[in-house]
Amino acid sequence: MVITATSLGRTGLQDWLIQRVTAMVLAVYSAYLVFYLILHPNLSYSAWHILFSTSGMRYASLLALVSLIAHAWIGFWTVSTDYLKPAFVRLPIQVAVILLLLGNLVWGIQILWGI
Amino acid sequence: MKFSIYRYNPEVDSKPYMQNYELDLTKTPAVMVLDAIKLLKAQDETLSFRRSCSEGVCGSDAMNINGRNALACVTSLSTLKEPVVLRPLPGMPVIRDLIVDLTNFYEQYKKTKPYLQNSQPPPAKERLQSPEERAKLDGLYECILCGCCSSACPSYWWNPDKFLGPAAALQATRFILDSRDDATQDRLAQLEDAYSIFRCRSIMNCVDVCPKGLNPTKAIADIRDKLIEDGV
Repeated sequence: MVITATSLGRTGLQDWLIQRVTAMVLAVYSAYLVFYLILHPNLSYSAWHILFSTSGMRYASLLALVSLIAHAWIGFWTVSTDYLKPAFVRLPIQVAVILLLLGNLVWGIQILWGI
Repeated sequence: MKFSIYRYNPEVDSKPYMQNYELDLTKTPAVMVLDAIKLLKAQDETLSFRRSCSEGVCGSDAMNINGRNALACVTSLSTLKEPVVLRPLPGMPVIRDLIVDLTNFYEQYKKTKPYLQNSQPPPAKERLQSPEERAKLDGLYECILCGCCSSACPSYWWNPDKFLGPAAALQATRFILDSRDDATQDRLAQLEDAYSIFRCRSIMNCVDVCPKGLNPTKAIADIRDKLIEDGV
């Protein structure tokens, strides 16, 4: 049993489940967007604006953004614990990536609700 | 047949090097790689390697043959391209030439408590299993702990102290799925952290190289399924 401090879940099982569930959310969201773009070949700015002005699309986009951040963090945490061995190197980089991801979340919310 | 063999004697050499050898197979009875190495040792007695049963049962002569982990005793020379490049198992400390230090490998094996645990009083004769219960151990009990799989696993290379590795994970599954063992919950609790089994990325190098045709990736998935059954 290895104790971890910066992983998203408390256990490897939680991380594994979160990564799979968020992957499914991202797959469904991406497929919807691709499908929408195929159905609207001459997409205008106004149509795109209307799509993202609906509450449903805003919450779906927020869910996809949160999923992306959770998915990315689990992936990055795994890679960083593989390749960055000294804790004094690993921790600052992990903190920087966490702040970057949280910044992206705030920025994403600002964009989605600023439309 | 030409051979290129990894040589390193820490008492003499400052760094490892590859040494070339040649063997006339028409004048020797060599069929397997191990036969050839034994003949080469007759030429050069400083060449060091492990071997015991010579028939794929003990797992002593696991090594990297032409870039692929295998047992020298069951790898036919006729299947190999020249020069045959022999190296020690990757990712493990080299003691000398083709001999690696398996201490960490066995430490991981030890962590899995590879013995039956049963708190009930022993029956007069034996703990019985149904044929179905016994069948769950097929594909698990056959492991000979040669180390080919763990040594081929990048997750084990990067975290040999925290990730059990495919071989030890297979052994863990062997006891988790054994109907006669009642320490299942304790065993599972030891494996739910982010490293012990969850560092497996399912790239299946272990399955590719296992000389016994076993599937440690599936064994790890079986543990994961058990953890999910109990944990959600």
